[in-house]
Amino acid sequence: MSQLLLDVNSLTMRFGGLVAVNSVNLAVRNRQIVSVIGPNGAGKTTVFNCLSGFYPPSDGSVLFKGEQIAGLKDFRISRKGLVRTFQHVRLFSTMTVIENMLVAQHRHLNTNIVAGLFKNASYRRLEQEAMDRAAFWLEQVDMLAFANREAGNLSYGQQRRLEIARCMVTQPELLLLDEPAAGLNPNETKQLDELIVRLRDEHEISVLLIEHDMSLVMGISDHIYVIAQGTPLADGTPDEIKQNPDVIKAYLGEE
Amino acid sequence: MMRQNFYTAFFAAGITLILTCLMVGVKLTSEGTELRVVGATAAQWTWIFGGIAIVFLSQLFRDQISAASAGIPRPNLGKLLPAVSVQARLKPWLIAAVIVGLIVWPFMVSRGAVDLATLTLIYVMLGLGLNIVVGLAGLLDLGYVAFYAIGAYTYALLSSYFGLSFWVCLPISALLAATFGFVLGFPVLRLRGDYLAIVTLGFGEIIRILLNNWTGLTGGPNGISGIDKPTLFGLEFNRRASDGATTFHEFMGIDYSSSYKVIFLYLIAVLLVIWVLFVINRLMRMPIGRAWEALREDEIACRSLGLNRTVIKLSAFTFGASTAGFAGCFFAARQGFISPESFVFIESAIILAIVVLGGMGSQFGVILAAIVMTILPEFAREFSEYRMLLFGLLMVLMMRWRPQGLLPSKRPHMELKR
Repeated sequence: MSQLLLDVNSLTMRFGGLVAVNSVNLAVRNRQIVSVIGPNGAGKTTVFNCLSGFYPPSDGSVLFKGEQIAGLKDFRISRKGLVRTFQHVRLFSTMTVIENMLVAQHRHLNTNIVAGLFKNASYRRLEQEAMDRAAFWLEQVDMLAFANREAGNLSYGQQRRLEIARCMVTQPELLLLDEPAAGLNPNETKQLDELIVRLRDEHEISVLLIEHDMSLVMGISDHIYVIAQGTPLADGTPDEIKQNPDVIKAYLGEE
Repeated sequence: MMRQNFYTAFFAAGITLILTCLMVGVKLTSEGTELRVVGATAAQWTWIFGGIAIVFLSQLFRDQISAASAGIPRPNLGKLLPAVSVQARLKPWLIAAVIVGLIVWPFMVSRGAVDLATLTLIYVMLGLGLNIVVGLAGLLDLGYVAFYAIGAYTYALLSSYFGLSFWVCLPISALLAATFGFVLGFPVLRLRGDYLAIVTLGFGEIIRILLNNWTGLTGGPNGISGIDKPTLFGLEFNRRASDGATTFHEFMGIDYSSSYKVIFLYLIAVLLVIWVLFVINRLMRMPIGRAWEALREDEIACRSLGLNRTVIKLSAFTFGASTAGFAGCFFAARQGFISPESFVFIESAIILAIVVLGGMGSQFGVILAAIVMTILPEFAREFSEYRMLLFGLLMVLMMRWRPQGLLPSKRPHMELKR
């Protein structure tokens, strides 16, 4: 049994009287793809916002590599190796692709002002390393040819891929993808599917995924959690979920 | 459609009538102790009604006019510059030529021109500094003049109380202004756009009012006079040396001329501008410069990628403020006299106008706009009281036809070379 990378216990998020997330438990192991599914408005993105520090959770614990991260500032959580994407693409659209990749590596670079003014050796070395890392990940998502293009001019599918590459360049251990296949055509979805699997198998990254595309979810997930109206409904392997009567009821309604 | 246009035209003409009658049609003149209202001359009335007719007709036929003007090609300033590849090759030579030109130039023109150029360079510095905050980091700052005032008063006070020299005070002014920028940065970090603008506006006023009322220290509205001029390695530029000092003309064995001082001040300004340009140019290519830009583009994405927005915003504020501190210190040295009068809101507005007119984030554009904004009012002197009216008109036209600024930002993009 591999070690728990992310261990979420009775995570609860209240907005005033509204309970958006109610005692959700999640577990992600090393090199695992775990999906969170549920009808629209079930609270999946709120869970992500709590995990990544955009909202401080009202209750519950979030252990990342055995360390409590609930309530930490968003950028601190990201620096620990838990990085997310967004439901809507959030690129720096007037900057070039390569610059997007460099901004993501801000904390790996030499930000000393004097070093930068006179371009000393350590500054140049780190800048070059960042460039190489950026080029490596652009190649992984098949975007190297577009490195000097402005991000806003890319096609939607390319923007999605760039967003994933931009997360990967920060060298995370757990990637949170919020509906990565939304708006992609079947061909692009297939490419995404392969990319996520490759991240797990070749780069040893764990992925926590929110997705509506059932063929994608069922095909690649090691484990699936179902949330409905903020409460956990079921969890298990893809096959168990497909047969679970509660899940079918939540998605299709009662007969 | 035509009817709609007729109403607008009628309305616009009416407003023009009221405004021009108030501003141009009547005049207050003092005769002895009495104030008398004097009407405009017949010639002026012709002009006024001519203007109103133009406004009325242009509004009435504005659909036709805009249809006709759509065919006229817009001037493209970007095309006037050589292609990028040529630019890269010529760049070091071009920079050298410009610097040599800037150094030789003052010896060939009148004193007044050099003085005006020095003033322009101060505005170039201020524009470049504010450009960091507004253009690059996207934080609207309406109280920028406060940092300028802090720089100026730092030198004035240190010089008159402790006798410190200009060259010692220059870094101190920048540092102190930067400190204030840092301190102001803290409470406004969470604010954006309009809210930020109002807080910075308030800060600018607080500094001015403080300077005005702290009579014991700053001399209040009387200001501080007799501020020492900068020296060249201890050489003064006065006619007669103060105790124990040597003057420049005695040292060089030449006759005294007041223009030496003016040229010397100008050269210091050139030096400061070159330094500021160098620093900002490097900053834009450094991780911090990219982070400013990224933060302006999408704050949430920045946070998710592990960027600390507090540090990034504060650094933009601090760098912008320190540049204003530089400019302020130099301003005090050039004028020899400062008072809170020099640091009113309109100064902030002019500096902001320079940044916006130049094209947000564009260094070359800001320099160009600073030149236009300081030299144009001088050329327009023959229009006397209509000068500001023309100035305003120019800005309105500019924003209507070229909202992206004179030379919109062409930021140095990082390139992946393979």
